[in-house]
Amino acid sequence: MSTKLSSSSVGRKVLMALSGFFLLFFLAQHFVINLFSVVSEDTFNEVSHFMGTNSLVQFVLQPVLLFGVLFHLGMGMYLESKNRAARPIKYALDKPSENSNWMSRNMLITGIMIMLFLGLHFYDFWLPEIKDKFIDGKWDDPTKYFPHLQHKFQDLTRVIIYCISFVFLGLHLSHGFQSAFQSAGFNHNKYTPLIKKLGTLYAILIPVGFVIIALFHYFTQL
Amino acid sequence: MDLTLKVWRQKNREDKGGLETYKVTGISENSSFLEMLDVMNEHLIMEGTEPVAFDHDCREGICGSCSLYINGEAHGPDRKVTTCQLHMRMFEDGETIYVEPWRSASMPVVKDLIVDRSSFERIQQSGGFVSVNTSGNTQDANALPIPKMNADKAFDVAACIGCGACVATCKNSSAMLFVAAKVSQFAYLPQGQLERKQRVLNMVEQMDKEGFGNCTNTGACEVECPKSISIEYIAKMNREYLSASITSEN
Ligand code: HEM
Ligand code: SF4
Ligand code: FES
Repeated sequence: MSTKLSSSSVGRKVLMALSGFFLLFFLAQHFVINLFSVVSEDTFNEVSHFMGTNSLVQFVLQPVLLFGVLFHLGMGMYLESKNRAARPIKYALDKPSENSNWMSRNMLITGIMIMLFLGLHFYDFWLPEIKDKFIDGKWDDPTKYFPHLQHKFQDLTRVIIYCISFVFLGLHLSHGFQSAFQSAGFNHNKYTPLIKKLGTLYAILIPVGFVIIALFHYFTQL
Repeated sequence: MDLTLKVWRQKNREDKGGLETYKVTGISENSSFLEMLDVMNEHLIMEGTEPVAFDHDCREGICGSCSLYINGEAHGPDRKVTTCQLHMRMFEDGETIYVEPWRSASMPVVKDLIVDRSSFERIQQSGGFVSVNTSGNTQDANALPIPKMNADKAFDVAACIGCGACVATCKNSSAMLFVAAKVSQFAYLPQGQLERKQRVLNMVEQMDKEGFGNCTNTGACEVECPKSISIEYIAKMNREYLSASITSEN
């Protein structure tokens, strides 16, 4: 009998939840750094320069993050494909909205929308950064971050795509936050109602915050 | 009440099957859904058509054999009931009602509305039992002190009748509510401690082997469960599983 976590349904759910927690933590951190861009150009540059050049962040946290995203994505798709195979014949009439909400049933859809957004986001910010550092060997420009960000948010189409993506992120998180606790085995009369409230708060505040930051940079450059 | 029924008909496991339309008239709104199907079948017999096969036994909500996906919901539109306890007053006169079997790769249709639920039995056999001393000196169960909360929780989950509505309604066809109920009812009691670790490992393994899907915490199962078993116990099962798999020797 195999007791490896990755080989059972419950184990895979727990791993999914762990990768979800990790992404939730990363996203909050990313949000805080972005907030600096609204408050002060210098602080934003300073923090970004630190994140972009600190070896621990670059060579330990960044690979872990990349792995976390790819794992979450791969595992999400894998679980979904198994789930589809578990019901080969569909109901002629089905009313899933009678007993569950849309967000909980469409994590794959909202997840894929986030993934598409991540493609654009990597192209916008991550690839230029990698090119600067690892191809052109330029590690020491502590003031480039803010102008780069401003440049990207001059483009209305991009701002709109970003805003729409954050709606999908919010939908994904409105189920995902509390779901991760449940998958990890944490469900308690006393704390679960609070976790659900926190989840709703997180799923609204963070995406709305990102939208405001994007709009801020667009409108201040008009 | 006069109704139009769209009923799934399928000769055997191999047959492709399809929906057939039947009319029933003069149904009392106080009759149960199964009684309505009985009336329909009598008409079919008189017409020389083969009656529709469906599962039922106790007709009082305790055996779990009456399945049926009615108008897009497991056990129909009412809550906390099985199909035998579903009353026709839940429907409108003249309504068209879809009657389908549970749909799950792990519960294939045997005939018409009857599905093969032996996958549940194999899961039960893999761990849903406790060892007792049969030497004749069996201890009085009441002699064992059990905290009230644990007794209540064990009782809540022991109410599971193995109907399969959780699987039928889950978009992933996941059996986790059922297995969680069967794992938890023993995990809370002193009698269940002997096999506690092995039980959850074996039952989850068998569940996976049967091909049930993975829970995505939509919560549909607890809404449709006739015995209102909460997904709190799925989290309980996950905890049991985690601790058993981390501490197991292999
Ligand atoms: C890369 C694109 C993404 C895809 C394709 C994706 C896909 C999925 C899928 C299919 C699930 C449901 C899995 C399940 O419940 O079994 C899920 C759950 C979840 N996702 Fe994502 N996701 C993505 C990005 C994100 C991001 C960026 C975050 C957070 C910042 C996130 C947080 C979560 C959380 C917390 C859960 C709940 C985990 C659980 O229920 O155990 N996801 N994701
Ligand atoms: S958990 Fe509820 S829905 Fe599932 S088999 Fe048991 S009684 Fe039926
Ligand atoms: S016939 Fe026994 S529960 Fe419905």
